[in-house]
Amino acid sequence: MKKPDLSHYEFSGHSAGKVEDLKRLGKAEKESMRMAGFDAEEKGTSASFVQIDHDNAFCKSYNPGVEILPLGLAMHMHEGLADYRWRLLKPEKDEYTRMAADNPHGGYVIRVKKGVRLDQPIQSCLMMHTNNVGQNVHNIVIIEEGAEAHILSGCTTTEADQSAAHIGISEFYVEKNASLTFTMVHNWGEKVDVRPRSAGQVEAGGIFQSNYISLKPVRNLQMYPSITMKGASSISRFNSVIVATEGTYMDVGNRVILDAPDTRTEIISHAIASGGHIVARGHIQANHAPSKGHLECQGLLLNKGIIQAIPELDGRAEGAELSHEAAVGKIAREELDYLMIRGLSEEEASSAIIRGFLDIDIMGLPNELQAEIQQAISETEKSML
Amino acid sequence: MLSIENLHVSINGTQVLKGTSLQINQGETVILFGPNGSGKTTLLYTIMGIGNYEVTEGRILFDGTDITHMPPNERAQLGIGMSMQRPPSIHGLKTRDLVRLCAGKREIDIDELARKVNLEHFLERDVNLGFSGGEIKRSELLQLMAQHPKLVLFDEPESGVDVENMALVGSMARKLLEGELAPDRTHTMLDIKQERKTSGLIITHTGHILDYITADRGHVLYNGHLCCADNPKRILDHLQKYGYKECIRCLT
Repeated sequence: MKKPDLSHYEFSGHSAGKVEDLKRLGKAEKESMRMAGFDAEEKGTSASFVQIDHDNAFCKSYNPGVEILPLGLAMHMHEGLADYRWRLLKPEKDEYTRMAADNPHGGYVIRVKKGVRLDQPIQSCLMMHTNNVGQNVHNIVIIEEGAEAHILSGCTTTEADQSAAHIGISEFYVEKNASLTFTMVHNWGEKVDVRPRSAGQVEAGGIFQSNYISLKPVRNLQMYPSITMKGASSISRFNSVIVATEGTYMDVGNRVILDAPDTRTEIISHAIASGGHIVARGHIQANHAPSKGHLECQGLLLNKGIIQAIPELDGRAEGAELSHEAAVGKIAREELDYLMIRGLSEEEASSAIIRGFLDIDIMGLPNELQAEIQQAISETEKSML
Repeated sequence: MLSIENLHVSINGTQVLKGTSLQINQGETVILFGPNGSGKTTLLYTIMGIGNYEVTEGRILFDGTDITHMPPNERAQLGIGMSMQRPPSIHGLKTRDLVRLCAGKREIDIDELARKVNLEHFLERDVNLGFSGGEIKRSELLQLMAQHPKLVLFDEPESGVDVENMALVGSMARKLLEGELAPDRTHTMLDIKQERKTSGLIITHTGHILDYITADRGHVLYNGHLCCADNPKRILDHLQKYGYKECIRCLT
């Protein structure tokens, strides 16, 4: 694992203050937010949260069923929240987690109240605006019993060529029979170092669906979120679509612990290393049976990219069914031939295959975000050929 | 329309076709028989320009143009289409989008075409992913209908297709080759026959496709040599009785 040098980033002194109206944000800010899946017009959102550098800039709920607060304020208002902060992750986990614990810059606390089913997503954006800024955030998500929500969490720098570091701690609590879809879109740049640290737990009958999309370059990103299926019959699904262009190093994966009977998980990642380097990890541990886990990594190598797929299955209960499937290689000749006999040139055929490879239909994203990502994929795909 | 002259083809240094010549005229349908490994698929792939095949001698002309070394997409644009025996599936590429790509600049009603092959519920699915044998053949036919080729190459239209699907695959293959026109007050059967422009080259093992389409000629490809030219039903009848051993005697 390649380590980033975080010493030159400024982890203090960049408090920007509140933004009253998101529409009045600058064009560059709005554009970069859009690329991270955040709609500054706030069309069809249940709640919005924006963090810029070291401060919460905007925080508003449009649905009484959703409580959304900056971390500091939330800790003041709710004594009980202390039980949730640092419960799934510990500051001593590693040096980055330690840094975030010692010098917190906020983050969001989202609570979707018992039984509330949101039709519209909650959107958040964690933005790094100042050059050389280092940002530490800590997010806590609680989906109470029987509630249902989709959170879009975008992370971005204002400018693509900006230098920045982001350390994001996230703790997810999906309570009994609750359902959370968490879609994370990363829109980084060539001089950005990123260390997300996430953990979650899903109680009986709960569903956790994670979508992760990263199409832009990032200098050094490493994350290995861990989700524990704590209650019986809970289900989780992880879909990720990542592209590593030249200069990008990403060490990413998901770890799932099937810690109750009748739990299931499916981890599927589609990774393209187009000149970049991807380490695609995955780990499913089954402590109870019956339980079922499937881990899948499809990797495409272009322009001298590197992909190291490292799957790990860890069965500890008889009756657990764990499987994995991984394939890393170039675009299959027979797929190219197949499209070419229909009249497509080699380039058109490659492009159709890449676009299909990065398919995001399965993620169930809102239409506008889907279109936005589709557009980004078309642009990325051009740069790869 | 298609003229294959003294074609020698090898794959990884092994010669598969050893001097094959074949002529297919406009509107003609030709059936190719032959045991496994005789080079049938090699011939189709070489006409289409795909696979790891190397033409070491001879040439292929299509409508007078030498296409021997042309990339497959240019051959498709000239009007050659192919139904593969076992096409790959393509993750994330919707059948509807592929059918649209097949049509190129031509306007087509994708839903209407899909209904004809009973695939209207497959348009939003990834190409060939999890399709049954019959569904794959119907999807190939759908793509060919959108592509509207002048010469259709069929690699075993009946493989993996159950009896029920075979009738649909067979009748659609017929429509593709013979057109959908029926004689009426202004068109006699003769007119239609003369206007018929689509040619076909069909590989078959079982000959079931002959229950649905009328072929003009049949050939046997044996060990890289094209032997025999006869009525396809007669060849089939013969093969069913005596197998390919008579072909060896015929060749030697």
